[in-house]
Amino acid sequence: MKLEAFPDAARRELADAQLRANLRNATDTIRAKRARVVDELTDWQELREAGRGIKADVLANLGRYLTSFETAVTAAGGTVHWARDAAEANAVVVEVARAHGATEVVKVKSLTTDEIGLNDALAGAGIHALETDFAELILQLDGDWPSHILVPAIHRNRREIRDLFARTIAPGIESDDPEALAEASRAYLRERFLNARVGVSGANFGIAETGTVCVVESEGNGRMCTTLPPVLVTILGIEKLVPRFEDLEVFLQLLPRSSTGERMNPYTSLWTGVTAGDGPQELHVVLLDNGRTKVLRDDVGRQALHCIRCSACLNVCPVYTRTGGHAYGSVYPGPIGAILTPQLVGIENAKSLPFASSLCGACYEVCPVKIDIPTVLLHLRAAAVRAGAPRGERLLMRIAGFTFGSAGRLRAVQRAARLVQRPFVRNGTLRALPPPLRRWTATRDLKPAAPQSFRDWWQSR
Amino acid sequence: MAKPVSARDEILARIASAGQWPAPAAEREYHVAGSLSDGERAKLFCDRVADYRAEVRRVVAGAVADEVRDVCFARAVSRLVVPTALRADWRPAEVDAVPDAGFTARELDAFDGVLTGCTLAVAATGTIVLTAAADEGRRAITLVPDLHICVVDERCIVELVPEAMRELARIVRDERRPITLVSGPSATSDIELDRVEGVHGPRSLVVLVVAS
Repeated sequence: MKLEAFPDAARRELADAQLRANLRNATDTIRAKRARVVDELTDWQELREAGRGIKADVLANLGRYLTSFETAVTAAGGTVHWARDAAEANAVVVEVARAHGATEVVKVKSLTTDEIGLNDALAGAGIHALETDFAELILQLDGDWPSHILVPAIHRNRREIRDLFARTIAPGIESDDPEALAEASRAYLRERFLNARVGVSGANFGIAETGTVCVVESEGNGRMCTTLPPVLVTILGIEKLVPRFEDLEVFLQLLPRSSTGERMNPYTSLWTGVTAGDGPQELHVVLLDNGRTKVLRDDVGRQALHCIRCSACLNVCPVYTRTGGHAYGSVYPGPIGAILTPQLVGIENAKSLPFASSLCGACYEVCPVKIDIPTVLLHLRAAAVRAGAPRGERLLMRIAGFTFGSAGRLRAVQRAARLVQRPFVRNGTLRALPPPLRRWTATRDLKPAAPQSFRDWWQSR
Repeated sequence: MAKPVSARDEILARIASAGQWPAPAAEREYHVAGSLSDGERAKLFCDRVADYRAEVRRVVAGAVADEVRDVCFARAVSRLVVPTALRADWRPAEVDAVPDAGFTARELDAFDGVLTGCTLAVAATGTIVLTAAADEGRRAITLVPDLHICVVDERCIVELVPEAMRELARIVRDERRPITLVSGPSATSDIELDRVEGVHGPRSLVVLVVAS
């Protein structure tokens, strides 16, 4: 499936002033919170390096860790399924729900299940997937989709949400106070939690050694979904493993501080298979590939699989903070999305994404597991060009190469440019060049050719 | 016709065919042991829990039941669920403390609150750690009722996250107990990033820190 080109999507999103204001406010707030709690830890850089190193070890020994995880989960009374692609993963969930006669499953917010389109697959089988995260519920009620990894409804303000609730789950609600809105969702979902027969979750980490699954959250809906239903299915991307239980001591420091800017998120749930008399008595874990092994083959690109989905890179990105998440056309927006999505769906289907960046490097600096996003972006840009650059661009590049290839040709072109550019220079900048060059100058400031080149100046001394 | 390959075998084969590359052991130069005195550690824990807008009360040993009674009276709470093995001297006589008889989620929903102990607490992050131990009970009882009163013995407070995780690793390896880390009451910031306490988990968390 080919994604919409980023420049087109971005132009549309940028026109939404409400979105830009909401987004700016939200990303500024989270950035400040993150900076405060990160500064508190004097060993932050050491934690980042440990996080990077652990993830690199996981990828280098992935087969071994996966089979170890499988053995541990099975020994603890769980069932492990393997899924090559989205369809296989979805089929497992449908089958489990059907086996228990469930017409509804309760779901914890999970990017992985968004990635595989689980809700649609369940709907196709006559099973309703109820999103229980506050923001996801808002989006589900309105047929909208997430625009931020962490705060998916960041583009909606309180009045919009009140009106939506009044139309759907809380007829007659008047207050748009966040507390009242949260109360409405609590009342609506509580009944569904108490009756739920099947829960579905993603996972933040799977521990290869013990078979433990870890879900990190704030609201308690994650605990509800993974504790109350008698049956639980967890979808786990194969890259989400960590080798040993103690490795969590690194990630449980890196993730909350990078993500919500808290010292620790309100709830972290860890379960190791089935516990008699406590929680679900039937546990399934689906190990999902869906393109990840393809990413693994790329020496430069594979570090994108280190990602722990904190969203810190979104909040600092000068592109994301203006366009928002929808412009990226995928469940993984922002800088991490710009390197992950093209690798998962194939560069030929998302050619413009690696270019959705100014390469400023802020994402690399905040990444808790030190993913060198700018380097991967450049690597993917090269791949995108190899996969076929526009004919005009190729021609221009060839002409540029020819021109720069000889001092005489360069001088001739510079002289000519000084004359030709005159009508287009305004305030020291080239504006509104004729088509097709206008596509460049419409959104960028281009310096005109200087009145005197360095060579000319040197010779005149 | 070739035998169909299982998803498991195919994924493992894809991983193997991705090749091999060196991955040196991760460097672990971060702090793994705290440096605070016992008193400083307890104070830090109390401050950090209070930061989450949980209620923190410091009590002397022997006064836990009285404090629980005060908390319940102040919040008009009359009926608590408690783990079956909860210490008798923590239960106030004036409040109905019902031992968990394997209640359904709906039955738990009818309780005003829950009273438990905890296995560990982490000062740096203001976290309490529940591991389904005898005086903590199964996960559902600390989830469904709207008030959680948690008794934290000062002696089980560690300073740093790694100190806690190393203890928990032992519990998981030896007994596979489920673990819940709780840092403040349930919360969401989904509407315009305004933090609201209490969505689905207990909306109120009261932590009683017992001096040793």
